[in-house]
Amino acid sequence: MHLPPLNRPPEKPMDTDIDPQLVPPLLRLRGISKRFSGVRALDRVDLDVRAGELHVLFGENGAGKSTLINLVSGTFPPDEGTFHFAGDAIHNFTPQRARAIGISPVFQEFSLVPSLTVEENLFLGREVARSGVLRSGQMRKRARALIDELGFDLDPSRRVDDLSRAHQQMAEIAKALLGKIRLLILDEPTASLTERETGRLFELIARLKSQNVGLIYVSHRMREIRALADRVTVLRDGRHIRTLDAATSTDGELVELMTGRKIDLLFPTIAHEPDKLMVDIENLTLTDGSVCDVSLHARAGEITGIAGLVGCGKSELIRAIYGIEPTASGTIRIDGAPYESPAPRRSLKRGIAYFPANRIAEGLALSRSIRENASMTVLDLPAFARFGILRQAVERTRIAGIMAQLQLRPPNIERPAGALSGGNRQKVMLGRALTRELTVFLFDEPSVGIDVGAKLEVYEFMKRLVEAGAAVIVVSSELPEVLALSNRLYVMHHGRIAAELTGAEKTEQNVLSSFFRDHLTAEVA
Amino acid sequence: MSTGLIAAEPRSATDLRSIAGEIGFLPALLVLLVAGMSAVDPQFYGTVNILNILRNASLLAIVASGQALVIVAGGFDLSVGAVVALASVVTAKTMATTAAAFPGNTALIIASGVAAGLGCGILVGLVNGFCVAKLKVSGFVVTLGTMSATAGVGLMITSGIPVYGMPDNFVKGFGRAQAFGLPTAVHVAIAAILVMVFAQRRTLFGRYIYAIGGNVDAAVMSGVSIQRHIVGTYVVSSLLAALTGILLTAQVGSGQASFGGDRMMLQSIAAAVIGGVSPRGGVGRVEIVAISALFLTILGNALNLLHVDSRLQPIFLGVIMVAAVALDELSRRRKSGV
Repeated sequence: MHLPPLNRPPEKPMDTDIDPQLVPPLLRLRGISKRFSGVRALDRVDLDVRAGELHVLFGENGAGKSTLINLVSGTFPPDEGTFHFAGDAIHNFTPQRARAIGISPVFQEFSLVPSLTVEENLFLGREVARSGVLRSGQMRKRARALIDELGFDLDPSRRVDDLSRAHQQMAEIAKALLGKIRLLILDEPTASLTERETGRLFELIARLKSQNVGLIYVSHRMREIRALADRVTVLRDGRHIRTLDAATSTDGELVELMTGRKIDLLFPTIAHEPDKLMVDIENLTLTDGSVCDVSLHARAGEITGIAGLVGCGKSELIRAIYGIEPTASGTIRIDGAPYESPAPRRSLKRGIAYFPANRIAEGLALSRSIRENASMTVLDLPAFARFGILRQAVERTRIAGIMAQLQLRPPNIERPAGALSGGNRQKVMLGRALTRELTVFLFDEPSVGIDVGAKLEVYEFMKRLVEAGAAVIVVSSELPEVLALSNRLYVMHHGRIAAELTGAEKTEQNVLSSFFRDHLTAEVA
Repeated sequence: MSTGLIAAEPRSATDLRSIAGEIGFLPALLVLLVAGMSAVDPQFYGTVNILNILRNASLLAIVASGQALVIVAGGFDLSVGAVVALASVVTAKTMATTAAAFPGNTALIIASGVAAGLGCGILVGLVNGFCVAKLKVSGFVVTLGTMSATAGVGLMITSGIPVYGMPDNFVKGFGRAQAFGLPTAVHVAIAAILVMVFAQRRTLFGRYIYAIGGNVDAAVMSGVSIQRHIVGTYVVSSLLAALTGILLTAQVGSGQASFGGDRMMLQSIAAAVIGGVSPRGGVGRVEIVAISALFLTILGNALNLLHVDSRLQPIFLGVIMVAAVALDELSRRRKSGV
C-alpha cells in the first residue's frame, strides 16, 4: 500500500532517522501509572508493541484500556513510568508531538469538527498551504486518493455532521492514515462499520503490518481478535494481567483473564414461546425514506431480531415505532390496537420501551444521578408523583431495589451517570424498563461499547423479559448476537425487508447472502 | 438530603472534597468577607448597613434564582433586567390610572397594579419561551431581542420620567415596612426561594428541568415534553424579575425605567454561575445561588465602604465570575478522564 506522504519538504521530522528494525520494540512502556482524582486508572503497566505487529488490548470497561491509549497518544502524561518510542525516551509528550513522530490514534469519540467537510477535517492542523493561502485543489486530490485507496464509500466534500456514524468512523480512520504513520491506535474501529467496510479495514491493517507499522487495537469482539491479533495484553482494574500470543491462547482463557472468573456460554439458552401478536407493522414508510414499505410483526414471548448493514434502516424502523422518526404511511398496531402518530411519552404509556444505541447522546443525563436517570421515564405515574410533586421516598426505594436486582456495582444510586462505565450505563437504561409495566422492548444495538461480562447480563435480562411474556425486538449489526438471541430474524437491506428467517434457515450464510442478493441482481441487470 | 447522608459517613477526604465541589467555596468566602469587613470597618455591622445589604441581596436573589432555573435547563435569560424596569413602570402607571378612576379604592388599586406588573412579566416570559421552544431560536438571541424591546417599551411609557401616584399603603405599608425587624423584600425573597427550592427538588417540573439541561435527547426519549418545560423556565424567570420590579417600586415609591437594567441582568447571571449553576446546563441549586447573591451584594457593599472607585467595581465582578466558571471547568476536567 502506498499512503501519500505529507508534503513538508523543508523541515525534517525529528527522531525518524533510526531504523525501527534495529531497535525493537517500537513502543516500550514500563511501570506506567496514572491517577484521576485519587482513583488509580493505571497501576504500573508494561506494554511492548513491535513494528509490524497488531497488539490487542483486552479488558472490561474501566480496565484502563482507554487511559493507556490516551497516554500513548499524548492526551495526558503518565504520573510515573517510562515511555520509549523507537528506542528514544519520550518526555513532555503532547498530541502534536505524537503525530509528528508517527503515532496516530483513532478514538471512539470522534476528533472531527462537525461543521467542516471531511476533507477539511483530514487536513486539520496540517493544511497544505503556500504563504498562508490554502491549496484546496491539491488537498482535495490527496483526500480523494486516500479515500479511494481505503475503499471507503465516502465523499470528501460532505460536511461531517451530514454523515452517518459509520461514515464518520471512516473519516476518522482516513484522518489517522493521512501522513506518515508508524504506530496506529484503533479503539473499537468496527463498532459502526458494516461487514464489507470491516473487511476493507482488515485488508488495510494487513497492508500496514507488512509495512512495519505497529498497531494497538482495542476490541471486545472475539472474532476480530482471532482474525487480527499477533499478541494480546489483558488489563484488569488498571493492572497488566498477562500478555499472550494470540495463536496459542483460547477465547475462554482470554475472557477468564479479563473478568477474573469463568464464563462458559456467552449467549443464554432462551425458551421462546411465541404467543399474542404484540407489534404488527404494515407497509410502513418513513418520511426520510430510510424505511420503505416494511411489514413485520413481533409476538409476545419471543425475541424478534432485525439484522442488516449499518444504514439499512433497521434502527430507524424501531425508532419509528417508539415515535422518534416521523412516518409517512403505513400502520402500526400494538397489541391489536392501531397506534397512530407515535410519540415517546405515549409509547411508554402503551408499554413500549426503547433502548437507544447511543446511550451518551440519547440515553442519559450524565450530570444527574443514577436515581434520577432511572426514574426519568416513570415520573408521570401516580406512584412516583402526585399533583406534580415527587414522592422521593418511593422513588429512592424503588430505584435502589431495581438497581440491586441488576447488580449495579458499586450499589450507590446517587452517583452521577457520567462516572459510570459503559456496562453500568446500560444497566441504568435497563433499570428504566423495570420501573413501569411494559410489554414491548425495542433494543437498538444493545451491546455496543460494553464488555463481555456486561453483555452477558444484558442477554440474561432479555431472557427474563421474554420468559415473563414480553415481546422483544433486537436490532443489531453484530450478526452472531442477533442470530443467537432471536427466534425469528428479519434481514433488512436498503430500507426494505430482504428476508425473514426462522429455525434452521437462521444462519450467518443466509443472512449475508440476503444482504448481497440485491447487489448481485443489480449487477447482472 | 443525600449530601448529608454521605457527610455523616466517615469516609476519608474524597467525600469532603466532593462536598466542597458541590457547594463550592462560597460559604467560606462569605464568612471570610464578613469577618474581614467587621474587623476593618465597624460601620459594616451597623443595623442600617445590614438591612441595606439584606434588602439588595433579596432583590438580586429573586432574579438570580429565576435566572438559575433557565440556565439549568440549558438557556440564558438576558431580558430579566429589562423586565424589572418594565414591571416597575407598568405597576406604577396602572396604579396611578386606577387611582384616578376609582379614588380611595386602595385594594383595587394595588391589586390591579401588581397584577399588571406580574402580567407583563409572564407575557415577556411566554414570548421568550415560545421563541426558544417552538421557533428554536437560541435563548441568547431571543432574550437579547426581548431585552431591547422590553427596555424600549418601558422608556416609551414613562419618557424616562419616574411615575408617581401610588397609594401610601403600597409604599409605606408594604415596600418600606418591616416585619420581625426585616424589610418586606427579605420575607418575599425567602418565600420565593423556598418555593423554588421545593420546585427544584420535589416537583416533576424541577426534575424535568434537570433532565432537559442534562441531556435533552435523553429527556425526549424518556417521554418528557420538552417545550412546555422550557417555556416554563422562561416564564418563571420573567415572573420573578417582575416581582423584583414591583418590590423595588414599592420601596422607592415610584416606577422608573432605570431600575434593573443591564447591571441587574449581569449580576443575576454572575450570581447563578458563581453559585455553581453550570452554563452547560443540568447542574445547579437555587439555595446556593441565593447565598451567592448575598455574597455578591456584600462584596459590592464592602467595596463601597472601603471607598473603592465605583468604576473599579465591575472589574471585580468580572474577574470573580470568570474565576468561578474556570474552577467549575477545572473540577470537571479532574473528575472525567478515565
